[in-house]
Amino acid sequence: MKKRDAELRDELKSHLDMAIADRIARGESPEAAAAAARRQFGNLSQVEEATRDVWGRRWLDHLAQDVRYAIRTFRRNRAFALIAILSLTLGIGANTALFEVVDAVRLRSLPIADPGGLLEVRLASMDGARGAFQTAHESVTQPIWRELEARQQGFTLFAWSRATFNLAAGGEARPVDGLWVSGEFFNVLGLRPARGRLLSPEDDRTGCAPRAVLGYGFWQRNYGGDTSIVGRTINLRNRPIEIVGVVPPGFHGLEVGRTFDLALPLCAEAVLSLNGKGRSEAGTTWWLVTFGRVKPGWTLDRATAHLAAISPEIFRSTLPAGYPAISIEKYLAMKFIAEPGGQGLSQLREAYETPLWLLLGIAALVLVIACANLANLLLARATAREREISIRLGLGASRGRVIRQLLTESLLLVTIGTICAVFLAGAMGRWLVAALETSDRAITLPLIIDWRVLGFAVLLAVATCLLFGLAPAIRATRVSASSVLRVTTRGASAGRESVALRRGLVVVQIALSVALLFGSLLFTRTLRNVLSVDPGFRAEGLLVANIDSARMRLETDRLVAHQDLVAERVRSIPGVQGAATVAVVPISGNSGGNDVWPEANTSARFNTYVNFAGAGYFRMLGIPLIAGRDFDARDKPESVPVVIVNEAFAAKLGGTSAAVGQRITREQTPRNPAKTYEVVGVVKNSAYRALKDDPYPTMNYAGTQDQPYPDMQLMIRSSLPPTATTSAITAALANIDSRINVDYTIVPTMIGDTLVQERVLAALSAGFGALAAVLTMVGLYGLVAYSVTRRSTEIGVRMALGACAGDILRLILRETALLLAIGVGVGVGLAIAGGHTASSLLFRVRPYDPITLLASIALLAAVAFGASYLPARRATRIEPVVALRTD
Amino acid sequence: MSTYMAKRERYQNRIELLQGTLDLLVLQTLQWGPQHGYGIAQAIQAGSSDVLQVDTGSLYPALHRLEKQKWISATWKLSANKQRTRVYRLTAAGRRQLASERSRWQTLVDAMAGILARPQESQS
Repeated sequence: MKKRDAELRDELKSHLDMAIADRIARGESPEAAAAAARRQFGNLSQVEEATRDVWGRRWLDHLAQDVRYAIRTFRRNRAFALIAILSLTLGIGANTALFEVVDAVRLRSLPIADPGGLLEVRLASMDGARGAFQTAHESVTQPIWRELEARQQGFTLFAWSRATFNLAAGGEARPVDGLWVSGEFFNVLGLRPARGRLLSPEDDRTGCAPRAVLGYGFWQRNYGGDTSIVGRTINLRNRPIEIVGVVPPGFHGLEVGRTFDLALPLCAEAVLSLNGKGRSEAGTTWWLVTFGRVKPGWTLDRATAHLAAISPEIFRSTLPAGYPAISIEKYLAMKFIAEPGGQGLSQLREAYETPLWLLLGIAALVLVIACANLANLLLARATAREREISIRLGLGASRGRVIRQLLTESLLLVTIGTICAVFLAGAMGRWLVAALETSDRAITLPLIIDWRVLGFAVLLAVATCLLFGLAPAIRATRVSASSVLRVTTRGASAGRESVALRRGLVVVQIALSVALLFGSLLFTRTLRNVLSVDPGFRAEGLLVANIDSARMRLETDRLVAHQDLVAERVRSIPGVQGAATVAVVPISGNSGGNDVWPEANTSARFNTYVNFAGAGYFRMLGIPLIAGRDFDARDKPESVPVVIVNEAFAAKLGGTSAAVGQRITREQTPRNPAKTYEVVGVVKNSAYRALKDDPYPTMNYAGTQDQPYPDMQLMIRSSLPPTATTSAITAALANIDSRINVDYTIVPTMIGDTLVQERVLAALSAGFGALAAVLTMVGLYGLVAYSVTRRSTEIGVRMALGACAGDILRLILRETALLLAIGVGVGVGLAIAGGHTASSLLFRVRPYDPITLLASIALLAAVAFGASYLPARRATRIEPVVALRTD
Repeated sequence: MSTYMAKRERYQNRIELLQGTLDLLVLQTLQWGPQHGYGIAQAIQAGSSDVLQVDTGSLYPALHRLEKQKWISATWKLSANKQRTRVYRLTAAGRRQLASERSRWQTLVDAMAGILARPQESQS
């Protein structure tokens, strides 16, 4: 390379020498000849460059040269390089981390064969479905699944459902995540076992001997990856179950964000159930999700049409006896549809998709602010380097070449920043997932730096580089070569244009910061509002014990006695202040509802939440009774059915005092005929399904009038720490019978878990808002400091003419005020638009809340004047004599 | 600003070579024998009675481009006054290229002449 350069130089030199020699031969003086020949030859280095261009490879040389040069520049300007790389790392890192999570929950396909061909076959609508719903997603009952499987021909289908298996034989539960899968599950997904074999249709026959397949993680964790696992057994509900194989690593089922430890064939659900039938016969338990692929020889359209055609037969033949009359028509009209299912299901996706996209948007804005900052820094540097650049242009460097060199500096910053960002993104992504995790929902979300994430980061980097690097580079080279001669010690010729550009950038920063601060304040207020919601009861010290005595196989009478004994023993534990049974734990997210009407007036039908409350439930929770009486010993199974309603319910009956004594009819349900109850009491409103819900009619049946179930839900208030209480309860239960299973929920923790979205949004948006404010502060500080330097002569003159420090301060701060006014004007528009987008995530704060808006403007104004004050103070200390001397 | 203006004025004083014509002129010049860059420039200038001025900033890139195409080859030689110079000679491929370029040029000239020879329509 070097040799070739030298040869080219020799060649051109020989050209020049010959030209000079010719001129001398023609009689010119040597000096005149040399000058004329040179003039005719033109710019030597430009000719050299143009020729080297022909060689190709040149851009590589230039790149290496530019990179070396850029590194040297950065070494001399460590502070600049550090700030630049740090803000790029944070900006790109935050974006990449959020994208990584969005990618994992939203965009990535399941790790199965041909995910694009996997379809979800589901009900178009669940309008006609009545009964018990065990999935958050559309699902079907076992009879519907059997009919669907038997009648349809266009798909290879499978059904599955999530389950929790208990590995403990008694005492405190050892829950593991399980899956019920129908025979074709693994075949359709096209998975290859890591060990042994996977389940096949032969394993899923009615009355089967249950076999199990292990999740890869469970096999590693619980068995240390034991290679002799196949053929061993695992105990579930006191039955040994043969392990036939292990699924491949990376496969976590069809629900993104969840994983499973054990998969059992669907037939085992009945076999392992206490009554030997399980949910198989119930036509009103909706729990199976169906997926499949189009069979060879069928097209999707034909298969879907076929599905629609057979839907009526399926629902006609599965209509459960005693189905509520009001819902029969809708049940018969239900239809199946097929939808792409290659990305699986995800509650996580449904719950967090909007917040995640929103956060990604916020992070992108922060990156834009960071870019504006860098552009500002580069512009300032370009002004400082004006001399250097004009010398280089004067020496014959082409403008494109200098732009390229300046862009290389930006590119180098971005490259370093992006590499750091990708590492940071991994940690930030894991932190975010951990923050979304709750005590009852572990999230298994493989965060993989795949091509999409890398592509995103690179794209971001390139956009960033152009965004902050290009304008300053173009601007910097717009100096004429001769201007170098005019430039004095200060970059006075940078001119108004450059300052205007820098002001524009600061205005952009201010506008975006106002919007981001507004957003973070909205989310912070939302969190505060949610936290300050009065649930209507005291949550501290509450816990729920789910006590399952099913394995004792008690008859109804003995079960009632047994459960009374259990409750009594729990109540007698020191520190326990009360215990009462309840069907739906408040704020657990669960709910049950029915239509009701005053007995005499069918047309006054309205919907209500329902619950079962044991004696002493309201007293223990601290929900005041405001009319009538509490449940007591009078409320026996055979006595008049009674209910206690809340104020919202009573309001429907003409008010609290009017409600007591009224008779209320509840509609027919799949399992029960319509029934009439007497309202004996009214309690104050309290939270039922979620903290954020408005008061809704709620009707509590007497727990003592309900038929007893072997699993009892006991709500307990204790003055001891939760762990002390739970271990005391576990011990007390073990004392009664070793076959009792129990697991616990701590109510304050459970309530906290329902606020994850609000917490994460508040924390992240506050973080981003603060970052935006800091970046804007840096940008504004730089601009004002620059302007003070630029105007120091003017300031000196003014002071010499008698201006006082206050005048100068006002002079400098006036600029800040102007920028702030423009920025805020634009920012308010952005903020209101942004608030509108986020309105579904807000709680009891309007998306255009004026007070919040004013607060964010005030906050930013404080930041802006804080940033301007230091340089403005410096301006007031300018010595007129010194300032005047510099020119 | 002033530099750009100076450049523009200089261009007005001579005929700018059409894109690609310099390559043809170089090949044509080398047909008479090996020559160095300065010699080629002089020959073109002299051959055109000083109408065509060869800009060194175009000549050397052209020479190196033709060399890369393997239409000419270069060697270092000592010139008459004992100076090392780089001398270019036409290769066989260059000879073929010259022939085809010449016929293309001829076609262009004929076409242009045909159009330009048509009497100008008077505008009334």
